[in-house]
Amino acid sequence: MTITEKILAKASGRDFCNPGDNIWVSADILMTHDVCGPGTIGVFRREFGEDAKVWDREKVVIIPDHYIFTSDKMCHRNVDTLRKFAKSQGIKYFYDPGTSTYSGVCHVTLPEKGHCRPGEVLFGTDSHTCTHGALGEFATGIGNTDAGFVMGTGKLLIKAPASMKFEIEGELPKGVTAKDIILRIIGDIGVDGATYCAMEFSGSTIESLNVEERMTICNMAIEAGGKNGIIAPDAKTIAYVKSRTKKPFECFYSDKDAKYLSVKKYDATRFVPVVAMPFSPDNVRTASEMKDFRIDRVYIGSCTGGKIEDFKMAASVLDGRKVKVTTFIVPSTVEVEKALSSEKIGGKSLVKIFEEAGCEKPAPPSCAACLGGPVDTYGRSNNDEICVSTTNRNFPGRMGSKGSQTILASAMTAAASAIKGHIADPRNV
Amino acid sequence: MSKNIIKGKVFVVGDNIDTDQIIPAQYLNLVPTNPEEYRKLGSYALCGLPDSYKTRFVKDGEFRTEYPIIIGANNFGCGSSREHAPVSLGAAGTKAVIANSFARIFFRNCIATGEVYPVETAADNLCKELKTGDEVEIQLDKNELKVVKTGKIHKLKDIGDVREVVESGGIFKYARKKGMIK
Repeated sequence: MTITEKILAKASGRDFCNPGDNIWVSADILMTHDVCGPGTIGVFRREFGEDAKVWDREKVVIIPDHYIFTSDKMCHRNVDTLRKFAKSQGIKYFYDPGTSTYSGVCHVTLPEKGHCRPGEVLFGTDSHTCTHGALGEFATGIGNTDAGFVMGTGKLLIKAPASMKFEIEGELPKGVTAKDIILRIIGDIGVDGATYCAMEFSGSTIESLNVEERMTICNMAIEAGGKNGIIAPDAKTIAYVKSRTKKPFECFYSDKDAKYLSVKKYDATRFVPVVAMPFSPDNVRTASEMKDFRIDRVYIGSCTGGKIEDFKMAASVLDGRKVKVTTFIVPSTVEVEKALSSEKIGGKSLVKIFEEAGCEKPAPPSCAACLGGPVDTYGRSNNDEICVSTTNRNFPGRMGSKGSQTILASAMTAAASAIKGHIADPRNV
Repeated sequence: MSKNIIKGKVFVVGDNIDTDQIIPAQYLNLVPTNPEEYRKLGSYALCGLPDSYKTRFVKDGEFRTEYPIIIGANNFGCGSSREHAPVSLGAAGTKAVIANSFARIFFRNCIATGEVYPVETAADNLCKELKTGDEVEIQLDKNELKVVKTGKIHKLKDIGDVREVVESGGIFKYARKKGMIK
C-alpha cells in the first residue's frame, strides 16, 4: 500500500485499503474558519438538533482567519457566531480574534499549534487543507455539509484515492524554492492533472526541504485537482511535530512494491524560478522569459507564501535593495509576525530589511487579499493592478477586481520582481 | 417538472470555471443555512465570470436565472471547497450542470447539498455545439440530452447513486430515507 492507503486503512479500521474503495474514516481533527464555519454550524444544528454536542470538543479546531480586519458587519457577525458556538460547546481550540489567543491563517496555525501529526486524518472546510500532508498525514478539504456530518459523528464516507508519485532528485539550485517545484509540476500536469488523486512527493530534493517548504508543496496539490498531497515523515517532521505537541502519533511509509497510477521523475538540478501567469495556476513560464512583464505591486503572504521561511527568503533578496512597486508584507500568523522581528540576516531583523527596502509596514496576520475578500481588505486588487503574489490561485478576479491580474511566484521571485518593477528571476537581481 | 426530466434554456461556459467565478469571495460573508442569505447568494451566481461573457447568468437586480441548465467544459468548479458555489447555483434555480469533467470538491458538494445534478457528458463536444439560450430536454432515466430545435440527442454518463442523493435533497435526507441515520 502507499502511505495514503495505509493511513486510510487504519482510519477505517481495515487491514487493507484499495484505491476506489468507499470507506468510513474516523477524523482526528476537523478544522473550520469564519467563512465556512457558520454554514457548517448551521448544518450541524439543523441535522443533529439545536442542542446537539460536537463529537469531540478537543478535535474540532476553530480558526477564524479570512475576513478579520474588515468593517463589514456580516463578517463580524460570522466571527461572533463562531465565538458563541465555541463557548456553548466548550471547544478547546478556538483562536479568537481580538484576544491573545488569535493566531491567523488556519493552515499555518494548525501545524504551529501541534494539531498536525503523522498518520492522522484531518478534514478542513478549506481547499488548502491538503497542506498538512507535508506532516505525513491524510488531509483534505470538504464542504459545509460534509463538515456538519463530521461535527456530529466524527466520521466521513470517502473514496480512497489512487496515488500519483512525484520523485524529485538532486540539489535545488540557488534561487529555486519549493514554490518553483510545485508550480513546475502543476504546469506539467495541468489544473486537473491530479483530480481525485493523492499526490505523493518523494526523493532527495524533498528530503532536503524543511517542513515549511514541504507545506508549500502540499498546499498547492489542490491546484492540480488533487484530493491530498503527502510527504513521508522523517526526522525533520518528527522533530517539528514533537516540538509542538506531546500527543503520540504513528508514522506510515509507502511499501516498495506499492502501486501508483503514475510515477513522474524530476531532476531538480535543472529547475529554475518560474511563475504562473494569468489566469491559471498551470500557465507556467520561467521567470527569466517573462522578465519584461511590467507589474504594479507585489504581495508576500498567505498559507502558501507567508510563512517564516518565505519571509526569510524574501528578505535575503531585499537585503540592501529598494523596491520599485508597492510591496505588501502579510505574515500568516501571530507567530510569523513575531519572527519578522526576531529573525535576522546579518544582524538585521527581517522587518528592518523590509522597511529599509521601502516595503509597506507588515499587516496584521490573516488571509487578507489572497482571495480578494470584502472591498476594504488589505492588499486587495480593486482596479486593474498587476500583482506578483506568493499566493496559490490566479483565476480571473481572484485577488479582487475582474480587471486585475495575479502572477503566482515564490517569495524570492516576488522580492526580485519588487526590486525590478517587472517579473524578475531572483538569480539575476 | 418530473424528477426524470429537466428542461429549459442552457447557459454555456468554458474550461476551468473556478469557484471564484461561480461566487466571488466578497460574497462569502453570506451564510448558506440562513434563508435570506441563501436567496441572496442566488443573485450573485456566476457573477464572477469575466466581461467577455456578454449574457449575465442572473440579471442585475434579480434572484433567479432563466437558465436552469449550465453546460460546462473541463474541470467545472475547480478551486475552493466553498459550498457557497453549488448553493448559489441551486439558489438561483439551476437544476443541472452538464460538463466534460468536474473538480472533486465541487462535485461532492453538489451531491451533499442536493442543490444541482452534476452530470458528465459522454462526449466532449456539448459546450461547442450549444449556445447560451438554446432549449434542451434532459432525461435522466435515459442519460440523454435532447436539443429541442434540432432534435439531436447527446449521451450523458450515468450518474448512478448520485441521482438518488440529489433527488432526496442531499446526503442527510438520503441517509434518513435509507434508514442509515435517525
